[in-house]
Amino acid sequence: MSDIFEGLSAAFWLVVTLDPELLQISLRSLQVSLTALVIACAIALPFGTFLAIRRFRYRRLAISVLNALMGLPPVVVGLIVYILLSRSGPFGVLGLLFTPTAMVIAQVIIITPLIASITHQAMRELWAEYHDLLISLNTSAAQRIRTLIWDGRRNLLTAALAGFGRGIGEVGAIMIVGGNIDNATRVLTTAIALETGKGDFALALALGFVLIALAIGVNICIHWLSRTEREGRW
Amino acid sequence: MTTILPLRLEDVSVLRKGKRLLGPVSMTLSEGGLTIIVGPNGSGKTTLLKVMHGVERVSAGRVRWAVPDEQAQHHQSYVFQTPIMLRRSVADNLRYPLQLRKTPRDTVETCVADWASRIGLQDLLKLSATRLSGGEKQRLALARALIRRPEVLFLDEPCANLDGASTRDIERLLEEAQQAGTRIIMTTHDLGQAKRLATDAIFMLHGCIKEAAPAEAFFDAPQTSELQAFFRGDIIA
Ligand SMILES: Nc1ncnc2c1ncn2[C@@H]1O[C@H](COP(=O)(O)OP(=O)(O)O)[C@@H](O)[C@H]1O
Ligand SMILES: [Mg+2]
Repeated sequence: MSDIFEGLSAAFWLVVTLDPELLQISLRSLQVSLTALVIACAIALPFGTFLAIRRFRYRRLAISVLNALMGLPPVVVGLIVYILLSRSGPFGVLGLLFTPTAMVIAQVIIITPLIASITHQAMRELWAEYHDLLISLNTSAAQRIRTLIWDGRRNLLTAALAGFGRGIGEVGAIMIVGGNIDNATRVLTTAIALETGKGDFALALALGFVLIALAIGVNICIHWLSRTEREGRW
Repeated sequence: MTTILPLRLEDVSVLRKGKRLLGPVSMTLSEGGLTIIVGPNGSGKTTLLKVMHGVERVSAGRVRWAVPDEQAQHHQSYVFQTPIMLRRSVADNLRYPLQLRKTPRDTVETCVADWASRIGLQDLLKLSATRLSGGEKQRLALARALIRRPEVLFLDEPCANLDGASTRDIERLLEEAQQAGTRIIMTTHDLGQAKRLATDAIFMLHGCIKEAAPAEAFFDAPQTSELQAFFRGDIIA
């Protein structure tokens, strides 16, 4: 119990004094995960919507692959990205291993299938609901996609938040490809793992509370942004 | 103004999974009036409406409007049996068909205000359409179909599940639309409503048109024994 209180007060002081190291680690966590989120959304939202409304030859296969990818263990993703980016690997010349870019790549691979899958599910339901009306109104393909994305934006937001939550809380893959290097690739989760290993539970807990606060904070921010519409519409 | 009518169906059949849902059906729908389609459940009324509207693929035969399909499509609306509400406000539901056609903004707003008050939803414009009652949803669906001033309007059981007052509202809107020159084709289970509204009527059975006549003859002097039985309320095998 005392660990938790110590952790809380340590977290409190680290936050109110704007501890520079904590700030740096937190900002890096945010930067890596938000970058990964933007890239993943740019791929996953249109792809998930496309899967929902278009019938094509390998659609079922694509959906199965997507669902399988969602279950990929992050550690394995980390390992594969590591091999690809290592000096002797195919992308070794880029020198990306142990950089935040490598961490972004790993996170994109981990969260894209998740976001695409949730998007596909939500858009499929909406499309089933709207199908007859949109056909009857003689809408073009572009008009259909725009209508679905607009009216399904809440679900898409949920998909994005799920992806962000998975990304910012992930530790295995970014530990492998980032290396948890002080002042370079250390983020909240890897720092927590490190401090726990060293036995500094108070600091680990403090970092943990900051991580939770960040995750909740981003959730609230995004929901608040989406509330710019007038009350009572939903 | 050129009209998209008459609509001609020539030996139209719809087959799905080896089952004949419709046909062969041949008929002509000419200008003016309100056509009611009646018949037991599963007799193909909805399928026939959708074939006319062009949203159900035909397996054989032809559906021909007086003008090319694309142009004809432009002048028709369809109200589905279960109203499909866009997950938007009442006002945005009314705006939607006009926005698809890039209607100027002030025209859109005038039309929306006009139709909202005609269907008595002027105070609920900002409410999410999915929160409306059944009767309000059906009125909204009807207004959204009429807002583009279609020449032909299809309705599939517009008053199923509605109470008397809501049914009266819908019928009043339909009469107004008819007076404004809209050609209406609708299915109904309500024979009283059929008699109140129809200028001519069609009786469907097993996917075929069993009898079609002007309203008076149809209701007062049915020719086929099946239609006579249907009016008596007998179960038709
Ligand atoms: N896509 C479909 N595949 C197979 N059968 C269908 C399909 N759509 C409708 N049916 C069947 O077609 C028949 C006619 O349906 P419908 O036109 O809806 O009748 P009604 O509107 O007169 O009740 C029904 O028996 C129905 O079960
Ligand atoms: Mg029906």
